[in-house]
Amino acid sequence: MDKWTFGLTLMIVGVGGTFLTLWVMSLVIDLLKKIFPLQEAAAAPEKKA
Amino acid sequence: MIDSIVTGLTGLTSGVVHLATHGGPNVVMLAIAAALLTLGVKKGVEPLLLVPIGFGCLLVNLPLSDLMDQGGFLRTLYDAGVANELFPLLIFVGIGAMTDFGPLLENPKILLFGAAGQVGIFLTLMLALALGFPELEAVAIAVIGACDGPTAIYVASQYAPQLLGPISVAAYSYMALVPIIQPPIMKAMTTEKERVIKMAAIKRSVSPTTRLLFPIVVTVIGGLIAPKGLPLLGTIMLGNFMRESGVVARLTKASENEIANIVTLFLGLAIGATMEGHAFLKPTTLAIFGLGFIAICLDTVAGVGFGKLVCWATGGKVNPLIGAAGISAYPMAARVVQVQGLRYNKKNHLLMHAAGANTGGQIGSVVAAAVMLSVLKGMGMI
Repeated sequence: MDKWTFGLTLMIVGVGGTFLTLWVMSLVIDLLKKIFPLQEAAAAPEKKA
Repeated sequence: MIDSIVTGLTGLTSGVVHLATHGGPNVVMLAIAAALLTLGVKKGVEPLLLVPIGFGCLLVNLPLSDLMDQGGFLRTLYDAGVANELFPLLIFVGIGAMTDFGPLLENPKILLFGAAGQVGIFLTLMLALALGFPELEAVAIAVIGACDGPTAIYVASQYAPQLLGPISVAAYSYMALVPIIQPPIMKAMTTEKERVIKMAAIKRSVSPTTRLLFPIVVTVIGGLIAPKGLPLLGTIMLGNFMRESGVVARLTKASENEIANIVTLFLGLAIGATMEGHAFLKPTTLAIFGLGFIAICLDTVAGVGFGKLVCWATGGKVNPLIGAAGISAYPMAARVVQVQGLRYNKKNHLLMHAAGANTGGQIGSVVAAAVMLSVLKGMGMI
């Protein structure tokens, strides 16, 4: 494999792989947020006694 | 008797004589050590790194001390934590323990800014290849564009240890120069109308369970897609998991304080020790510094360019300036965005959005390096 093929391959797969990995992570985090929503009580600011 | 005294005195002058006769490059490096120490002490440029690096550089360029020979103090440090990549990984545990990924979790899609901010790595790889660097050296140089010192050290120590000194110094220097490098690019790439876009305030929406599961999810997904980078991803997420669990406060504090501090000292000294004049002063060093600069510029261009794309796609709801924060220099890049946002609109506070993109950049830099290593493994290059 010549170095230009090497560089282009690494660039295309690398950029694509990075975007894909982070996109999958963002989807799973969104899913986690749906499965474990923030409770209203936890979200509301604490009231002083 | 007189002969013995003369011989003894010769021993005392041998260092000066050696420096005068064979030490031209060492003299230059002593000046560079002085410059690094001045930058760290007087200018406050990354002092935690530049002071030990500068002092290590000073030590290794004083002749005949054998500090980097087998059994020498600096060689022992280098072998103990740099040659086997231990020190950067321990620093990652500390970074994970220090980082609040909350702003990122509030809007997970902002992780994609962390991917866009790594494009400079891959473009710089092509430039390094064009300049004639061998493949693995080009990869190690390109990772300066991750804007992430420990990642650059991790990759360089594995695949281009002969370039570790210049790559490490370039990575940390450019991280410190982010507030100077980025603003002109941000201004050149955006219109006045785009720069004043106000983004909606972030509402608190993440439960403690999600915060706790986040580091595990990232570790598992990253580890499955890019296993060669699991040490990088796993250690930063270990630190974050300890932080979010709240049950190992002593370990979390030790990771972000004592361990990170001790390792930073050892790592800095060991990197400085790779800056011996005869090995460091080569045209390749200048090329590495030039490529590192280009890499960070390209990261910013790609990040802001992606921001413009998202701005267009969302009908102008996203300020493209936050794209500049999609690099790993945390929290400098987020602060730069906040300052630039306020410069064009005194009531525009972009900090939380930029912090999300910036923590995305931290994960993105590690993922980009991990993906790169795994692709190299797949290609049979490593």
